[in-house]
Amino acid sequence: MATTTPTKVEAYVGKRMRRQEDPRLITGAATYADDIKKPGMLYAMILRSPHGAARIRGLRTEAAAKAPGVYAVFTGADVAGVGPVPCAISLPGLRVPKHTILATNRVYYVGHAVAVVVATDRYKAADALELIEADYDPLPAVSDPEKALEKGAAAVHPEWPDNIAFTQHTEGGDLKKAFAEAGVIVKQRIVSQRLIPTAMETRGVVAEWSPGDKNLSIWSSTQIPHLMRTQVALMLGIPENHLRVVTPEVGGGFGSKVNVYAEEALMGFIAMKINKPVKWIESRRENFQATIHGRGHVDYAELSAAKDGTITGLKIKIIQDLGAYHQLLGPLMPVLSVLMMPGIYNFHNVEADIVGVFTNAVPTDAYRGAGRPEATHVIERMVDILAAELKMDPAEIRLKNFPSKDDFPFSTATGLVYDSGEYDKPLRRAMQILEYPKTRQAQADARKQGRHVGIGISTYGEICAFGPSPATPAGGWESATVRIEPTAKVTVMTGASPHGQGQETSFAQLAADAFGVTPDDITVLHGDTAVVQYGIGTFGSRATAVGGTAVYLALQDLQAKCRKFAAHMLGVAPDDVQAEGGVYSSARSSKTVTFGDVALEAHICRNLPPGLEPGLVATRFFEPSNFAFPFGAHIAHVEVDGETGEVKILRYIAVDDCGKVINPLLVDGQVHGGVAQGLGQALLEEAVYDEGGQLVTGELMTYAIPKAHHVPEIESERTETPSPVNPLGVKGVGEAGTIGCSPSLVNAVVDALAPLGVRHIDMPMTPQRVWRAISERSRA
Amino acid sequence: MEKSIRVNVNGKTVEATVEPRLLLVHFLREVAALTGTHVGCETTVCGACTVLLEGRAVKSCTVLAVQADGRKVETIEGLAHNGALHPVQEAFWNEHGLQCGFCTPGMIMTSVQLLSDQPDPSREEIRHGIEGNLCRCTGYMHIVNAVRAAAKKMAARA
Repeated sequence: MATTTPTKVEAYVGKRMRRQEDPRLITGAATYADDIKKPGMLYAMILRSPHGAARIRGLRTEAAAKAPGVYAVFTGADVAGVGPVPCAISLPGLRVPKHTILATNRVYYVGHAVAVVVATDRYKAADALELIEADYDPLPAVSDPEKALEKGAAAVHPEWPDNIAFTQHTEGGDLKKAFAEAGVIVKQRIVSQRLIPTAMETRGVVAEWSPGDKNLSIWSSTQIPHLMRTQVALMLGIPENHLRVVTPEVGGGFGSKVNVYAEEALMGFIAMKINKPVKWIESRRENFQATIHGRGHVDYAELSAAKDGTITGLKIKIIQDLGAYHQLLGPLMPVLSVLMMPGIYNFHNVEADIVGVFTNAVPTDAYRGAGRPEATHVIERMVDILAAELKMDPAEIRLKNFPSKDDFPFSTATGLVYDSGEYDKPLRRAMQILEYPKTRQAQADARKQGRHVGIGISTYGEICAFGPSPATPAGGWESATVRIEPTAKVTVMTGASPHGQGQETSFAQLAADAFGVTPDDITVLHGDTAVVQYGIGTFGSRATAVGGTAVYLALQDLQAKCRKFAAHMLGVAPDDVQAEGGVYSSARSSKTVTFGDVALEAHICRNLPPGLEPGLVATRFFEPSNFAFPFGAHIAHVEVDGETGEVKILRYIAVDDCGKVINPLLVDGQVHGGVAQGLGQALLEEAVYDEGGQLVTGELMTYAIPKAHHVPEIESERTETPSPVNPLGVKGVGEAGTIGCSPSLVNAVVDALAPLGVRHIDMPMTPQRVWRAISERSRA
Repeated sequence: MEKSIRVNVNGKTVEATVEPRLLLVHFLREVAALTGTHVGCETTVCGACTVLLEGRAVKSCTVLAVQADGRKVETIEGLAHNGALHPVQEAFWNEHGLQCGFCTPGMIMTSVQLLSDQPDPSREEIRHGIEGNLCRCTGYMHIVNAVRAAAKKMAARA
């Protein structure tokens, strides 16, 4: 048995390295879905419902079918043999509407697909789409989840007139006792509004059928190529090993592409049916109407505490707007919220109720943070409301309620075990950066001048690195194959599916250090089911913690095997071999061999060591024993213009703890991007459906994602508490910024307006909404 | 109805007979086979399709190909010379000014034009200069760093 004494020089792990993937991206040479061209390829466009709810009275497609360049038109009846769009979540009593890939006799939301035209190019397809005559009988629609629960509300699905998809009750500890003994209970209704993920690349699918060998290939802008392959094979009724799924370059996902969509099966169906390659590229309008939305929570929260500010219990009711159908993970979102509702505070009495509600809107599902921003927003708002009630400083009340370092692993009232943490450290550091006492004094001075200056703290914890398989819908492990080529180049195949996060670089850093080579000697492959072993994908801040660990384990296997080859070549025992910087040596031999020598010998096998197989390939699957729980403190320092309601961010400080860091440059990028999306929710974004179910914010002209001047300079630092859950000690950072951000901004604005008696403002805190809060209070 | 056009794309003449309604971005992507210019919204908001038309940044999703007839277009593919990256490309790489890369070609083209107008922009000026280009990944800070770094490098060269 080879020794596991670490002998490698850690040259690249931990280094601030620019990315391996960038040369193709900065020169326009990358291949996204819309860049794929196949000989004879046709172009598909989809006719979508203009109504929130309607009966389809008739669809006349003859004129479209005869239009120039048109190959085929398909409607719901034509694709009836294709299986429904899957939902991977099973919850007790969950009502699952049958989600056909094209609507049949009824449409349930604006954007619901009803027909598809296939033509020689996108212009001809668009022309033909206009020739389809679709007659609808509009029906009453309901898009507000609370209104959907009212008596007499329109039924989204006639078979379930109460519009309830599921309910869930969770209890931990003894909330009744906590409330009975409480010195104070604060209550608030808090909304985490519906958001549109808005990856800059919309979805896109290309499908090609090879009739000779009955192989279907689908290129799709997805975060989960393997899961999608399994599901689409089932939907189409073809053997999974005759379906190849490839993710080309993916232009952002943020959860919106952790899904199996109707269009993926639809393009596969069309390619097989007409035996021609076919491409569908979602327009931005379609992306807003038909790709999942996120959030959509109305929360009623009650937080109890002793008079000294010791938090004792939380009661929460979540009304989750699910939209008209369940996509892959939708109903799981509020369940994740409940898990994280206690935040990072040391109390153990919780009662939570979820009501999942059908509405005439596109389904909600995982959007960056996926359930955790909602939870964090609630608990962080409630802690501030409690602090205000008790006239305590919001930092002081937090420091008072954190579990201490020695309480870890820390069991929560919702059944989780937080892996590791020193929750006060990021907060103390963030306060130090802000010069907290001085800034509070300056705030007091500003208030005397009638200015509205606020400081908002958010101390978040999140659950990520999904996760142990029993706690995830479709396997929580991740896979890696590492292959050393005869020329000592190293190929890493990961089952994760990075799409901007940079694992082609961070995994190359791991591999380079393992063999004493450079990242340029490494190629990281992903996202092609014909090339890469089965994997789960990239979402839930898991790719490095789970996928990276699988890579690390495979690297360890190969290090051990290389050592055996080297030992044989040196004529010593494997335990006597030292490996450093790509050179193997031994105190018992005057010779040395290089990693290159070993790689070659393992393939040409001139002198194969007894009992050792040729080749240098290792595949490992890592099943984590627990989730990882990153944490941190964000502080926003703002000034509100009392005349206009505009929020100006003076400083934004983010101190995050994502465990061990492989590449600080990439982690900074994740934090910045996460904060910008949290800021978008806090200040700008809201998906608005009107009473008839019309999507009012249907374009980038009406749905405001942050522009460069909206986002402040982010002062980002880190503390580093390794996770004990994986050998890399990493936790995850993809969603932390988003989770930490929105409550810090709302807390800051509420703090700024507290002297006026403002206690809460819902997001997005647009100037209009803030101005209204000011003027209402000024009048009062 | 179709019209013959000649467009100088990155120094090479591309001739084609096109429908008058053909968008410049589709001409570049499908006729000239230069797919580095991306379509992100079709409504002139996101800027992913930004190219230089006669040296000025335009959103090619709302320019017709026929409007570019006889004119000069530069795309992301034309920025590097003889394998050497343009300083703005190099700076985006060094400063991690991109993640998914989808907005990047447009963002780089806008930055090139910004720096030709304002060789030494402040961070604030950069933020306003690129406000017609949306990025959902980076939070913009590394993009601002990249444009600053490119400005310094270009000033040192000049």
